[in-house]
Amino acid sequence: MTSLIGPANFKFFGFLPGFFLSILIPVIGIGIFIYIMARRLAPLVRAAPNHKIDRVFERIINLFKLWLGQKKQPRYKTAGIIHIIIFFGFLILSIRSISLVIIGVSQGFVVPGFDGIIGDIYNFLKDYAATAVFIACIAAAIIRGIIKPERYKVPAKYGKDHTSEAILVLGFISILMISESLFEGSNAVAEFHSTGHSEFLAPLSLGWIFKSLLMDVSQSYLQGIYIGMYYLHDITFFFFLCFLPLGKHFHVITSIFNVFFIKLDKGTVKPVRYGVSNEELDDLESFGVKKLEDFTWKQMLNFYSCADCGRCSDKCPANAVGRPLSPRFITIKARDLIFENYPLSGKIYKSKFLFDDIYSEDEIWSCTTCGACEEECPVGNEYIDKIVDIRRGMVDEGMVPQSLQKPLKALEKRGNPYGTMEKKRADWIKDKEFAEQCNVKILEKGKTADTLYFVDSITSFDDNIQNIARSTSKILTRAGIDFGILGKKEKDSGHEVLRFGEEMLFQDLKEQNIEEILESNVKNIVTADPHAYNALKNDYKDCSLPVKHISQVIVEKIKSGALTLKPALEPDKIYVYHDPCYLGRHNEIYEDPRQALDAIKGLKRIEMKKSRDDSFCCGGGGLMLFYEPEEDTRMGVLRVNMAHEAGADVIVTACPFCLVNIQDAIKVAGKEEEMEALDLAQLIEQHLI
Amino acid sequence: MEILVCVKRVPDTAENEFELNSEGNDLDRDDLVYSVNEWDNYAVEEAIQIVDKIGGNVTVVTVGDDESEEVLRREMAMGANQGVLLSDDAFEGSDGKGIASILKAGVEKKNYDLILTGAQADEGAGQVGGMLAAMLDIPYASLVNKIDIKDDKKIVVGREIEGGNQEMNEIELPCVLSIQTGINEPRYVGIRGIRKVAKVKIPVKSASDLGLDTASIGSGAKVKRVDYFVPDIGDGAEMLEGSTDEIIEKLIEKLKAKGGLS
Repeated sequence: MTSLIGPANFKFFGFLPGFFLSILIPVIGIGIFIYIMARRLAPLVRAAPNHKIDRVFERIINLFKLWLGQKKQPRYKTAGIIHIIIFFGFLILSIRSISLVIIGVSQGFVVPGFDGIIGDIYNFLKDYAATAVFIACIAAAIIRGIIKPERYKVPAKYGKDHTSEAILVLGFISILMISESLFEGSNAVAEFHSTGHSEFLAPLSLGWIFKSLLMDVSQSYLQGIYIGMYYLHDITFFFFLCFLPLGKHFHVITSIFNVFFIKLDKGTVKPVRYGVSNEELDDLESFGVKKLEDFTWKQMLNFYSCADCGRCSDKCPANAVGRPLSPRFITIKARDLIFENYPLSGKIYKSKFLFDDIYSEDEIWSCTTCGACEEECPVGNEYIDKIVDIRRGMVDEGMVPQSLQKPLKALEKRGNPYGTMEKKRADWIKDKEFAEQCNVKILEKGKTADTLYFVDSITSFDDNIQNIARSTSKILTRAGIDFGILGKKEKDSGHEVLRFGEEMLFQDLKEQNIEEILESNVKNIVTADPHAYNALKNDYKDCSLPVKHISQVIVEKIKSGALTLKPALEPDKIYVYHDPCYLGRHNEIYEDPRQALDAIKGLKRIEMKKSRDDSFCCGGGGLMLFYEPEEDTRMGVLRVNMAHEAGADVIVTACPFCLVNIQDAIKVAGKEEEMEALDLAQLIEQHLI
Repeated sequence: MEILVCVKRVPDTAENEFELNSEGNDLDRDDLVYSVNEWDNYAVEEAIQIVDKIGGNVTVVTVGDDESEEVLRREMAMGANQGVLLSDDAFEGSDGKGIASILKAGVEKKNYDLILTGAQADEGAGQVGGMLAAMLDIPYASLVNKIDIKDDKKIVVGREIEGGNQEMNEIELPCVLSIQTGINEPRYVGIRGIRKVAKVKIPVKSASDLGLDTASIGSGAKVKRVDYFVPDIGDGAEMLEGSTDEIIEKLIEKLKAKGGLS
């Protein structure tokens, strides 16, 4: 037992009972907190609907991985470890903080079940937790305030620097840790003075250090520290609680919900409006996100949950090449707008058209939907759906750059972005040399096959990329697969049409393709284009046929012995594989293309630093090839330089758009003499026995 | 301000590969896709922007067959308030003057403050705007790349002069302007926009509705197309053949040989 008077029994100025203050502080704190939270919920109530709560078990698993497991944090080592320490420190200390609040009213309160060995273990743990959090705060403050990594910078056009808020919060947390430890330490000293022994404090913990420092302090001074620290902790605790919803530290409260409602299906795009079927789309008054309240409440929750860590923009290829897009500020600008339009007191302002307010057109068109930002976000914020929703709004308002209007119109009229006549879609099979070796069936007039090879537009029409179609056909033939193509009846998959916001045109293309695919009576689909693969697999939900990327077929057939490969034709060259976004990040096919390459004996393969889910977009596919962005350099050039630094001579990719972008970039970078790019299908075809 | 924009449905140069028909007097039109003449799109956008700024009404009109309705709908999806289709079998074969006469008859049914046309059409001769103005006996400015509305009597229009110079003219209303591309950035018309106006009724006016004497229009045209062909390759012209890479290779060789590249 302590010899000090606890906060519950302490009398201020000799008459004011401590428990009065101990009740007043939480009541005021919680009252203000509830008020702030109610104001913060207001925009969510007015927002567009989100999907129903489904697949709860999967969502809980996600909580364990992303939230409790802090899965994304170690991707940035130092900051990640610091965060993990503070996160778990908070979790451990939350029990202590709550019990402290109650101790202020009832001296000697012990959390039920914590009166025995469990309590001792807990106290031991929480002493270290507080110490670790305190050290982590100092480390974080050094990083934020002194080292200042590039990703925390706020470019002038996006407003003021955010360092002060970060440091302030680190200060709050440090005060909490110090005051709790001093409260504990002063008590232990007093106990020791009166009884000769004291409660065990974890060696070298803050409390233990303070105990040692306070050993010679008088009883009355100890009493002052004891009560003073209690109320410092109490006030800081509730002040901090109310401060959280005012800025980036809102994530402390919202991230658990944010992760729970995360998108479960990679590679998909959210519907125009949840609860409205494709058939009902025509009846919608407006399309997409045009003003703040057009975002869904979950998208707003994303804005609230952003911790301003800057990882999204650090990984964003558009940001890297100087395009006017930084995903971090897509979020922060929206959050600032919510705070402005939904102030803590007074009237709620009417939202303006987003483009008259916070976003610019080029900013929104700059995104290649590569998904690097989403892969990185520690709290599971999503960007592609928002970009697509905003683009839907732009398309609805006619705000489409001229460079994109032409290909969109051609897609509408001819089913491909080049405006080439439909009947020429299968012209690539007529190449004389190829036709002699390989007879590709066109699945029309009742002809059928086991497998449909979905070629898609670029591979059908681009002179150079047609080689991928021919290589793919040769591989399929050699593997003994009965396949055919749709020929002129195939339309563009519409993968980018959907992602560029032209929903109705996408629906048209999709319906036409599904009808032809089903009519051809095939059993499965193969494609060499990851964008088509993603469209068929994730966007064409009504077409339930299995879809495979050619890299998967290659590996399968090598394993079964149907395909055999020669040893490397150029064993002196060094190969590197570039992960296409829509094969890798969006569909998690990382190993098949690598296994296919490694099946060529004697082929030297290395990895780039940025690979697999950290791959760097080549510049984007589909309609992105037509868009003329403002940028300092090309994404492809940066990627080629990365391959060059890694020491590669040949960049192998598995996507026609990657091939176009990387081949161009090799020329732009002036590396034509030293480097080349090839599609996986081409390389495998060259090595077929 | 009441604005009329005259538009035309043309085979889209970007999305077609033109071949001659078997008679050799026209394009083979079987496999063609059509769209709004590019210049007309700029004219409609300009009209919509004027009305957005000062109020009024935009009407789009075209002379053509049933299928021409499609371009009117596209322009209405863009933001034109209504469309009028001038259509009659008797109109077929009209020359520029014939088209201008039909439009004039259409215009006279209503008082327009401003009449816009495209500077030219993809397969046209750039003559209708001027003729229409003359027939209506109102002022005309061609190749307009800027419009400033002063008041309901007068506007100022800019014209691009050969060599990149700019000329500004004050012009009295009502008037006819032929619009040059680049005057604005026409907005995008999506499938959704077109569907929204799919059911709007578009009035069709025939020759008799317009009170037109058919003698000077349609088959009565004084200008008749007698031939249509791809010119033979003349001296000094050479078509490079092969794949894109081969063509580029050959071109570079030729430029080097003639001293164009060192």
